[in-house]
Amino acid sequence: MADTENTKTRGEFAEIIYHLVRDPLGCTGFVIVTAFVFIALFADFIVPYDPIGLNIKDRLQGPSAAHLMGTDQLGRDTLSRVMMGSRVALQVALPTIGGAMFIGILLGMIAGFGSRTVDNAIVLFFDTIRSFPTVMFALAVVALVGPSLTTVIFVIMMTSIPTYGRVVRTQTLSLRNSEFILAERSLGASVARILGVHILPNVMGPLAVLAAMDIPTVIGLEAGLSFLGMGVKPPTPSWGSILNDGYSLIRNTPWIIVAGGIPLILTTLGFTFLGEALRDVVDPKLRGTK
Amino acid sequence: MTALLEVKDVKVRFPLGGGFMSSIGMAPKTSIEAVAGLSMTIEAGETYGIVGESGSGKTTIARAIGGLHHAQEGSIKFNGTELRGLDESQFRPLRKDISMMFQDPIGSLSPRLTIKSLLTEPYKIQGMKDRDLEAEAKRLLGMVGLPADFAGRFAYQLSGGQARRVGVARALALDPKLILADEPTAGLDVSVQGELLNLLAGLQNKLGLAMIIITHNLNVVRHITDRMGIMYLGRFVEEGLTEDIFSNPQHPYTLALLAANPEPDPDAQLARIELKGEPPSLIMRPGACEFHPRCPFVRDNCSVGESPVWDTSNPVHSHRCHWPGQHTTA
Amino acid sequence: MGTDILTIRDMSIHYDTPRGTLKALRHVNVNVPKGKIIGVVGESGCGKSTLISSIIRLLAPNADMASGSITFDGKELYDLSEDEMRGLRGTDISMVFQDPMQTHNPVLTIGRQMTDIQYRDDKTAEQKKARAVEMLTQVGIPDPEARLEQYPHEFSGGMRQRIAIAMALMARPKLLIADEPTTALDATLEVQIIKRLEELQADIGCSILFISHHLGVIAELCDEVVVMYAGEVVEQGSVREVFHSPQHPYTKALLECDPGHIKKKTRNLPTIPGEIPNLVDVPPGCAFAARCPRVFDECHTKRPAWTQIKDGQHALCHLAAKESVQ
Repeated sequence: MADTENTKTRGEFAEIIYHLVRDPLGCTGFVIVTAFVFIALFADFIVPYDPIGLNIKDRLQGPSAAHLMGTDQLGRDTLSRVMMGSRVALQVALPTIGGAMFIGILLGMIAGFGSRTVDNAIVLFFDTIRSFPTVMFALAVVALVGPSLTTVIFVIMMTSIPTYGRVVRTQTLSLRNSEFILAERSLGASVARILGVHILPNVMGPLAVLAAMDIPTVIGLEAGLSFLGMGVKPPTPSWGSILNDGYSLIRNTPWIIVAGGIPLILTTLGFTFLGEALRDVVDPKLRGTK
Repeated sequence: MTALLEVKDVKVRFPLGGGFMSSIGMAPKTSIEAVAGLSMTIEAGETYGIVGESGSGKTTIARAIGGLHHAQEGSIKFNGTELRGLDESQFRPLRKDISMMFQDPIGSLSPRLTIKSLLTEPYKIQGMKDRDLEAEAKRLLGMVGLPADFAGRFAYQLSGGQARRVGVARALALDPKLILADEPTAGLDVSVQGELLNLLAGLQNKLGLAMIIITHNLNVVRHITDRMGIMYLGRFVEEGLTEDIFSNPQHPYTLALLAANPEPDPDAQLARIELKGEPPSLIMRPGACEFHPRCPFVRDNCSVGESPVWDTSNPVHSHRCHWPGQHTTA
Repeated sequence: MGTDILTIRDMSIHYDTPRGTLKALRHVNVNVPKGKIIGVVGESGCGKSTLISSIIRLLAPNADMASGSITFDGKELYDLSEDEMRGLRGTDISMVFQDPMQTHNPVLTIGRQMTDIQYRDDKTAEQKKARAVEMLTQVGIPDPEARLEQYPHEFSGGMRQRIAIAMALMARPKLLIADEPTTALDATLEVQIIKRLEELQADIGCSILFISHHLGVIAELCDEVVVMYAGEVVEQGSVREVFHSPQHPYTKALLECDPGHIKKKTRNLPTIPGEIPNLVDVPPGCAFAARCPRVFDECHTKRPAWTQIKDGQHALCHLAAKESVQ
């Protein structure tokens, strides 16, 4: 009773997108994430006002036709700042999560497939990073190389590696003795082939969700570190700095914190939906069961 | 003329997790002998059955021959080449000639690959880039009687019987000389079992390959094998021509296995033989005859003294029993 | 009908799935007489597991009982409240599952588990323990007193299945459902389990619904057999009648396929060509029509009736209906 619908020759990627868009939550996530990336890339062209241009006489306004999200204490248009801030968010989120995932997968698979000694060494490395408070680690790096966006990216990436590495390691361990891996070994497949072709696709599902859910955390971390003066410097707008401004001005106007919070919540939801849908869709077995 | 496969006194041991003390050398390292000295020869084009229950070491010996387990002692010669001690890169070219089938029909197929990729993997692994992979996949599917449009499916979309056919096709991809099939009918319904065994028998006839079938089910080997061996605790207790063993079993364990496959007839004369207790642990092998604690026909000299020798006086039917063929209690 | 402990009449169970309504059981009839062992045989996808879940009323949430009734010991099972049903499970109806490695709680001793399930009885801890020892002795576990202190992982698979049987029979149930209890065990251990089950049944006098795909075991153990195919019961009757003169072509084909049946060495084993029908889109006529060697026109259009062949043997086949008229 196999489903014959799937036997149509559609490319694997097209297949994934097709099923992703058919899932209502996946579709919502896909739209939000696409919008987020689009705004971040083309912020320069679509912002209604200069995000760092001062306009003291229009300061601390509520939403109006001219300023959809109001203005801050220096009269800067909040909407423009939010749009511009998405760029920093993307700049931090993509390389940190991409890098952490890449290193995590590599180390995780080596730990899961390698000898006991290698495994123990890598797990020890993960635990060491884990036990380090992120902020302390960041302070140490800043003291060495000075504050910058690159520092933020580096610190967050390093501290996220164990999250991915551990998931990959557990998955690899549980797969390494399964019969299909034995079958591949009996054909003479090399370790690289077993890891790349047979184990990797099976660990990507849980990782996609993990990564999607990690993006908001990373954006939040960037905001926190920027607040401590270790990241983006004013007047460059980032969601973290908008939230910080809003926090100190909450008695004058609540609009700034609302305006800065909405995109963070939306992207969180968007990436989470997308991640959950991706997990189901990249697994051919779960594909199309919803 | 040399035999295709010559296995001689092979032993496979697995270390037991001895804990901290043994890992720092303060306590002796212990191990169990899953295969405890096993010999057999298989000629080209022959079908050989290895029968045994769980823990008998039947899967281990198959994997040792297939190079997936390391055999500590003995020799495994394939076409005159010693396999024992080869490393992975030396073994790789031989994998074209020896292919394996695993127990779980669906679980032994990589879940994220389409059937077509699964079928053409052997060529990619062996670096045969000149092959027309599309055509090979089609040829293999045809060979095992599956429609060509199966190529785009995934393993989970197949029934057990269909997945097993894909397993057979994969095993045949590189034109092997020997197939090691571990429980080829496991998880299949009786009506499909027959189909699969017919398919294997037909292909084997046509391609002239040798086959080792590992199973716990005597009914599976009866019709398809020329010779067979019965394993108990990592050794053969009886070995010989399949027909001989079925008609004239020498070892009480063989007899018990034969009786454990009753005919589906409520009026049949059931001579079920109930063995005592459970298979002993490999850590504490029984002394004397290793089967004596469970043997329904045990006699005085079975439980003490010498263990029975491997009697090869009949060249086509050997056994390891003090009282061969005497299935009564004295 | 007064002699039946369990009667299933015209029961249909449907599952709501994304691919449509899966008609897992269709108009099923089964009788389990008091004190008898009834074998249920059928290949994968025939609806055996749904049948069991429906009897213990633990169907999946997407299942729907579309028609029919189950009567147990004179009571309509699906009229009972959830509390009353829970009262039946484990006392009047108990189960033994296929995988003995997963039926016990790994962190409690066997003794603890065996006394815990007697919670309904008004007995002292000593008495409960004594009962546990008694049951273990009956299923042939040596040195039961000491073994009560052990954990499940200290027992082998065969031992665990004996313990599972001991636990299931502890409350002297009226019906024991044994779901492939020997499939996960070696053949030489299967013999032992079957023997114990036979002895215990004779002692307790319960009925057993014994699900298995192993025809040889059914022939040896059971009084009657129920043959299932693609969500239908196609034949029920005494083991002797069904195995000697099967009325449904599927039963006949299944018996022919059983390798234990084939005495002479052959390289061409019998099979049943074709596949089971899609249960979402069930063909209008007989479910076996597409694979049946004796198919005729009516089979494709009209659903066969549940026809009595002779006393106690029924089949779901147009041929049987025709021949019984003649």
